[in-house]
Amino acid sequence: MAGGIKKFVVGSFDDEKVLFPAVKNVRKAGYKIHDVYTPFPVHGLDHAMGIRETSLHTAGFIYAITGTTTALTFMSWVFTKDWPLNIGGKPNFALPAWIPITFELTVLFSAVGMVLTFCYLCNLAPFVKKHHFHPRATDDLFVMAIECTDKTNDAEVQAFLQSAGAQEINVQVAETGWWIGRYHKEQKLYKEEKGY
Amino acid sequence: MDHQFQLPGSYKKWTYGLIAVGLVALLYGVFRFQPWIHSHHGSHVDATRFWAVLLQNSTFFLLVVNAAMFFICVTTMAMAGWVVAFRRVSEAISSVVPILGILTFVILMAIVFGSRTDIYHWLDKEAVANDPILKGKSGFLSVPFFTIWSFCTIFLWWFLGKKMRSMSLESDKQGNMDYETGKKWVWKNTVWASLYSVVFTLTVASTIPWLWIMSIDAHWYSTMFSWYTFASTFVSGMSLIALFVIYLKNRGQLEYVTDEHLHDLGKFMFAFSVFWTYLWFSQYMLIWYSNQPEETKYFIERIGTATKPGPYKAIFFFNLILNFLCPLLILMKKGAKRNWTLVTVMAVLIIFGHWIDFFQMVMPGTVHGHYSLGFFEFGIAALFVGLIMWGTGRYLSKHSLLAKNHPFLKESMIHHT
Repeated sequence: MAGGIKKFVVGSFDDEKVLFPAVKNVRKAGYKIHDVYTPFPVHGLDHAMGIRETSLHTAGFIYAITGTTTALTFMSWVFTKDWPLNIGGKPNFALPAWIPITFELTVLFSAVGMVLTFCYLCNLAPFVKKHHFHPRATDDLFVMAIECTDKTNDAEVQAFLQSAGAQEINVQVAETGWWIGRYHKEQKLYKEEKGY
Repeated sequence: MDHQFQLPGSYKKWTYGLIAVGLVALLYGVFRFQPWIHSHHGSHVDATRFWAVLLQNSTFFLLVVNAAMFFICVTTMAMAGWVVAFRRVSEAISSVVPILGILTFVILMAIVFGSRTDIYHWLDKEAVANDPILKGKSGFLSVPFFTIWSFCTIFLWWFLGKKMRSMSLESDKQGNMDYETGKKWVWKNTVWASLYSVVFTLTVASTIPWLWIMSIDAHWYSTMFSWYTFASTFVSGMSLIALFVIYLKNRGQLEYVTDEHLHDLGKFMFAFSVFWTYLWFSQYMLIWYSNQPEETKYFIERIGTATKPGPYKAIFFFNLILNFLCPLLILMKKGAKRNWTLVTVMAVLIIFGHWIDFFQMVMPGTVHGHYSLGFFEFGIAALFVGLIMWGTGRYLSKHSLLAKNHPFLKESMIHHT
């Protein structure tokens, strides 16, 4: 997922009521929203931003049935083929006794798999440092980053955000892709490219 | 919109049609099965079938409509706002409790005072005197205790449910509540809801399924049985609420109910289907694992042994497919729970599935291998469904469909999952 270095116009809002129409208007004007950073989950924001439904749960379902199959196949192989044991006179294929383990492996696979997938989708990994568009995005501000392309006039975008009710507006250059340790190496690049 | 619902002609036609079918089935049963004849060791299994079917249907449908009031009470105690948009629907369903309660009580008393030992083995005084296990249970499984506790239970469900409903109806006349009045009103509701829940725990979640259903297999016991029954009827109750909500929405009523509310109702149907399975499996697995003859008897009567399949094997596993696999796989996706048609189909399926579940709880201990699923069984079920439709429809058309002064109404209107 190499994203490269991109330029963003960043606007901060201090009210949900201002943020929602702003998101709507920015999309209407045809600008590309990179992301909106909020201190807490905002109901309906994903819908307003036009983000497609996540497929994380589909991945979770696939991990879960993988867990189910792993548990059942392994246990049936062990207890009927590899090492059959007489446990309390029960049949070797003791399905009821395996259900709790099958259930737990199902949950384990789906939980661990979904956490890892989530980290991948959100570009989170150890030693990866992410760019923060505004430190107060984790405190009390809603921060909207608009991606600039070759054709974008960033003065126009800034004026647009101003009229949409943004409190603070600035232009930032940031790395959007990720790789372990990548950010550190690329950081020098930003300094070289001052006045981008 | 004035939130006043006029019962359409088709609703009335279906209601009276189902009741008529039910009455025909009942008359057919009375003349055909001669329920007054006593059956000893299967000598007159038709009479046993008559009482067993009445017992199955009355207890099942009573517990299902009663679950609607339990739903109101738990959501009241949890201060849940989202239910307010369709709260009157749950109230309407719970208003059937007195009707079905009286009917169930009459049936239970006919069984107990008619000394139907073919239904409740513990009614046989001679057998109890010679049986140390039944003797040990005779304080609990006795005519006076059964009668008094059944009466108290139905009375308390009716009384506390009535109180909850009347507080809700009073709020319609009160006008818009300010903060202080609203707080007091919610607190009063919470207190009564808590009282109801305590009674519910002492009855549905413990003693009542033991007395009414588990005591058919008088020797056998399972501490999980009441929770199992509760899960069965609660998930059916949620499905019934969903059905009525969807029906009214189709009729252009309940303007504040949206996909979001349906989604949450669907979640309840999904989650409690899984919860039911959890109890189904736990009860089965523990008995299978410990392999005690006095416990395995219950399952041998149903699914039989490895060498000899029992008469209820097909129904027993069909039950698991209907109530576990179908809801699990079909209702899992978010889109399915927001699909009005699919939720309707699943609600009908779940209610039917748990009716079958009650069938396999009641029949093996009473009619043994000689069960049938014919006109009589489905006719009696139609009678109870008709009665539920009649009582619910009466409440829905008599009162406003919106609890318009409920302090949490706004929360329900903007509900978003």
